[in-house]
Amino acid sequence: MGQITLQGVQKSFGPVHIIKGADLEIADGSFVVFVGPSGCGKTTLLRLIAGLEDVTGGAILIDGRNVVDVPPAKRGLSMVFQSYALYPHMSVRGNIAFGLKMAGIARDEINRKVEAAAATLNLTPYLERKPRELSGGQRQRVAIGRAIVREPKAFLFDEPLSNLDAALRVQMRLEVTRLQKQLGTTAIYVTHDQVEAMTMADKIVVLNGGKIEQYGSPLELYEKPANLFVAGFIGSPKMNFVTGELAKQQGATTIGVRPEHLKVERDGQGGWRGTVSVAEHLGSDTFLYVDAGPQGMLTARYIGELDLHPGDQVSLIPDPARIHRFDDSGKSIRA
Amino acid sequence: MARMVTTRNKVISTAAAWLVGFLIFFPILWMVLASFKTELEAFAIPPSFLFFHWTTENYVTVQERSDYFHHALNSIVIAGGSTLIAMLIAIPAAWSMAFSPTKRTKDVLLWMLSTKMMPPVGVLVPIYLIFRSVGLLDTRAGLIFILCLGNLPIVIWMLFTYFKEIPKDILEAARMDGATIGRELIYVLTPMAVPGLASTLLLNLILAWNEAFWTLNLSTLEAAPLTVFIASYSSPEGLFWAKLSAASTLAIAPILVLGWFSQRQLVRGLTFGAVK
Repeated sequence: MGQITLQGVQKSFGPVHIIKGADLEIADGSFVVFVGPSGCGKTTLLRLIAGLEDVTGGAILIDGRNVVDVPPAKRGLSMVFQSYALYPHMSVRGNIAFGLKMAGIARDEINRKVEAAAATLNLTPYLERKPRELSGGQRQRVAIGRAIVREPKAFLFDEPLSNLDAALRVQMRLEVTRLQKQLGTTAIYVTHDQVEAMTMADKIVVLNGGKIEQYGSPLELYEKPANLFVAGFIGSPKMNFVTGELAKQQGATTIGVRPEHLKVERDGQGGWRGTVSVAEHLGSDTFLYVDAGPQGMLTARYIGELDLHPGDQVSLIPDPARIHRFDDSGKSIRA
Repeated sequence: MARMVTTRNKVISTAAAWLVGFLIFFPILWMVLASFKTELEAFAIPPSFLFFHWTTENYVTVQERSDYFHHALNSIVIAGGSTLIAMLIAIPAAWSMAFSPTKRTKDVLLWMLSTKMMPPVGVLVPIYLIFRSVGLLDTRAGLIFILCLGNLPIVIWMLFTYFKEIPKDILEAARMDGATIGRELIYVLTPMAVPGLASTLLLNLILAWNEAFWTLNLSTLEAAPLTVFIASYSSPEGLFWAKLSAASTLAIAPILVLGWFSQRQLVRGLTFGAVK
């Protein structure tokens, strides 16, 4: 079991409030991603759950038990660090076995479990090596092996893939997701990369300035962002925001349209007219950065190749069903 | 652009390094040579470098006139004892400052170091009077105490910089892995800190072994280490260069051997933090 509940969790460092009251319900076996810009408190929130920081207020329940006064060693969670944090003086085997050794498990069983974990992660040939003799990806695997071997209530991942190169990151992303589904263990994963968040999560927690902005499935966040921040943060390229007269006509202060929901028409009538200032041709997609006068700079995404160049006139026609409306305070207006 | 390393440059810099090394080593070499000369040859002008009448008579005289082993034993007890006690105090101090620093940690460290800035002679009289009234003059315990206090700031600083280099993540990983504080210390921190502990220990041993100010002033015979033994040969009655050299050679021999075998550790300890 690994059900984690946060009730009004707060954290301050001196006068600085890092977490301003977080309430969250994480179901057993789910994969939850904390995402947000740097300094939003996502790592701090993870460390509070881990017990590496003490809460200033509120309660953290693991399987119904309040653990705020329980040391990290006794919370039954395991963590994968951004820096991997392997024990440099121990072999791969020693690193993976350490947690089991601390739990006082018999040597035969430790060996059996370590070898099983190593086999899952393709680490068997490296068991007797020291961390310094491994590549970045292999070190990352050892860190994950150390986390899974203890069969914890939940895995905590602190930006574990950010030190890997792009290709390896995509591969490890798949592996981590697959492994988590296979083991069925609750996982909390911190990242600043919204692509990682969208692809890996069952549910995403968007954090900003120490507050939870929205908690929901990736598609909920994409389709029904709760406010301007979430709307702008989730999705790539970023959502276009238009204020002023056009927004007022829709009964909102700001309206937002995603680049993929803007229909591009060459020299067309209606819609928002503008001049292409940059066109990015990726083959599979074409990204247009359009100077649309009173509407400001707009981004449009066209699936496939579109033969447009800087200086060309275009009209952008927003899909009326997919216009997001926001009020004065930035909150989403639902019809 | 990368600097070109030509063979010629290499030869020049190697030769220069050897020259500097030899210049630094020369006084020690000269002292050792002088210890094998007769008193007359020891201050002959022009001095003879290698072609003189080699003799070991100085060593015999030195051992006859004073008890080398008595002083050597005192040196071992005082240097070893003060180092061990300093380490025992410094490890937890440096540990707590490195891993749970407070707002005042930097100030505490600076304050500790500032005590080394005062010339010891400034407190000689009060310390002497205190030692006299509590009966610590010319005792090993007294010297262990004062040397330990004197070197403690340096030991704490060295250990602090060393502990600081150990990534906090690794200790947190151990905590997440279910290790208690004690086990974290034994299985994770200590193995990672061994090189730092060893070099700190060695350096402090050498500092304590060579310490002359307090040992000369606070001991006469009973607790006197090798520094006093050497000093007894520079007497106002006359110059006994050969015998003084023999005494000095005997005094530095143990620490020289120790330093020779541990030079890698020492260099690593002294440059730690500067090079990763």
